[in-house]
Amino acid sequence: MKVPESIKTVFAAIRRQVTGAPLMSWLFGVLVAVALEYVVGYPLARALGLPKVPALFGLTLMLKQPLLIPSALLYTTIIYVLPVGLIAKFSDVLGNAIAARLLKLPFVVTVMVHLGMLYLVFHLWTGVSDYRLVTLKFMLIAILLTLSLNLINGYMGEFSCSHPGFMALGAYTASMFTIGLFTDNRLLGEAVFHSPLLGYALFPLMLLIGGAVASFGALIIAIPSFKTRGDYLAIISLAFLFIVKSLIENLEFMGGPRGLSGQPDWATLPMVFSITVAGVWIMNNFVTSTMGKGLNAVRDDESAAEAMTVDTRAVKMRCFLFGAFWAGVAGGLYAHVIRYISPADFGLTKLAEILAMVYFGGLNSIWGSIVGAVGISALSEVLRPLQMLKWLCIPLLLILVMIYRPRGLVSFKEFNLRKMLSPRRTKV
Amino acid sequence: MNVDILVQNIFNALQFGSFYAIIALGYSMVYSILMLFNFAHGDIFMTGTYIALGVATVLLGWALPTWVVLPMTILLAMALTSVIGMVVERVGYRPLRDAPRASAAITGLMIGIMLETGVLALVGGQKVAFPELIKTETIHLGQITLTNIKVMIVVASLVMMAGMHQFVKRTKWGMAMRAMAYDFPVVPLMGVPINNIARLTFGMGSGLAAVAGIMFGLAYPILNPYMGIVYGWKAFVAAILGGRGSIMGACIAGYMLGFIEVFVTMIASSVPWMSPSWRDLISYSIILGILVFRPHGLFGESYSAKLRL
Repeated sequence: MKVPESIKTVFAAIRRQVTGAPLMSWLFGVLVAVALEYVVGYPLARALGLPKVPALFGLTLMLKQPLLIPSALLYTTIIYVLPVGLIAKFSDVLGNAIAARLLKLPFVVTVMVHLGMLYLVFHLWTGVSDYRLVTLKFMLIAILLTLSLNLINGYMGEFSCSHPGFMALGAYTASMFTIGLFTDNRLLGEAVFHSPLLGYALFPLMLLIGGAVASFGALIIAIPSFKTRGDYLAIISLAFLFIVKSLIENLEFMGGPRGLSGQPDWATLPMVFSITVAGVWIMNNFVTSTMGKGLNAVRDDESAAEAMTVDTRAVKMRCFLFGAFWAGVAGGLYAHVIRYISPADFGLTKLAEILAMVYFGGLNSIWGSIVGAVGISALSEVLRPLQMLKWLCIPLLLILVMIYRPRGLVSFKEFNLRKMLSPRRTKV
Repeated sequence: MNVDILVQNIFNALQFGSFYAIIALGYSMVYSILMLFNFAHGDIFMTGTYIALGVATVLLGWALPTWVVLPMTILLAMALTSVIGMVVERVGYRPLRDAPRASAAITGLMIGIMLETGVLALVGGQKVAFPELIKTETIHLGQITLTNIKVMIVVASLVMMAGMHQFVKRTKWGMAMRAMAYDFPVVPLMGVPINNIARLTFGMGSGLAAVAGIMFGLAYPILNPYMGIVYGWKAFVAAILGGRGSIMGACIAGYMLGFIEVFVTMIASSVPWMSPSWRDLISYSIILGILVFRPHGLFGESYSAKLRL
């Protein structure tokens, strides 16, 4: 496709204007934008004739009511584009100075400051509507899920189909603990502890137990399937998915096919945010460690890896269990965001969704998983007004991505935190 | 338990097994020859059923007698579904032949979703009834009662499978398919038009899926667009369970799946502390157990394949 020269020039000019801005400036710009929206969003939306604050940058609104496109565009420009652009343009010197100063301190400080800003952005952005809050939580959970499947399908190069099963294990385990111990429930009886605060504090622990159970389930798959090479993980994991689903359907004390509801509302934004950040950090460490390198070696050539003293079976098992663990944690979070789970949630539809996210974003890359998870979740929210056509558009897009970029949009890209957070070198 | 129920269940199992086996055949051929998981195949089966429904409805609308409608429906539905299969191959798989295999699997999955949505948009989500093209008759053999449709399905499936087996074993095209399964990179050097063979494979698999769809419609005349997922994935399990490169393997595994499911249900409903809803749990556990001992499937040879990344 040929892009006209004039558009190219305009984009190049814009890029030149803001290229010196470090991540700090961008974050600050976004922070100002969302703060602006938090304060004047509603009156501005009313003044422009919009029914309410456009939830997802007005995109859904544009599809639903084409007449409101100019107002929605204007709103997005005033609230987001102008502040972010201007601040990125004019605060680059200051931003670079601050970023450089922060880097002199221990690296943790820089990371914490950036994460704090990011959290503040999320907090203010979701403060406007509950719809945004739920969407954002699902996106963060989707990042965890996608990344954990990317470990297996991208970094290790196998094809696993059992992720919804791991999710279900984690979701049900965590829910059993929270519902059984901390709430009065029809199925599970009265609360053992009557302190919600204690429960909230112990919630991460319950998620970890959920993850551990998912990992234990993964062991059942891992032992037979990594004995030999080939496609048998695909089918064994698929069988496992059906087994888990059927098992839950037949356990009446967990609600059976009717599902389990009444999870306490503990998956708040800070909780989901911090667990996702921790998950991304730990998984990034995993794939950049020696074992992660061994993992890539196993994928590229198993015999050669074995010759280079990589214990291929152990590496594969560990990676698989590790991926399953995070899927379980994500499942636990998911259960407490949606606050109702049934075996039907963890079926083939979910599998297709997670696979789509992994392959859309890109294999073997943390960035890819983030792009895939956010991209597909955002698309499926934005295209909601199209109703059924949505399920023609998203698959079509994915097919095009697969044809033109078979490894996904941002595959094989390094996730280098230090480089990301350091000041941009300005041109002399 | 009396013999009557046992024999009836055997025929039920044979009938379900026939559906699974014929759908699995399509999966298995593509998997053996192109090393691809054709996840769209289940939905091609579903689309074939709906095409047959459409064709039959139109033909019956012209007030043709059913003995004319049935063969015409079979032929037209096979032809149209084969075309769909070939289009899927051309659009979704051929551009990805050199890409990682997993990417092609994802394309198949997405094409399946698109087919499903397409049918859903055209027909609507409600269940529709398949016209009664063959009058159901009950056959009494001593104590045993059977319907003629069940017998026909089993016989027709066995004939088709035998035909397919002979095609692959005896003809030039079949030989090209086996060669592609054996050594993909070398085959084009021998002057075999691999694109045509791939198209043929998809076309034949889809045509068979259409026949399976018609038989399904005759046996269970209530259709919904999600039936492709349910039967497709089970047939996929059967195809891989059969082993790569073995058409008979896929068929036998399909029948095995049918038998396991029916008999697990039968046993579970007669044992007091079990319930028929344990079917999936037990049957997939059995399959998992089989794969532990025969990791390359029932009749597959050992081979080494990695996802080409």
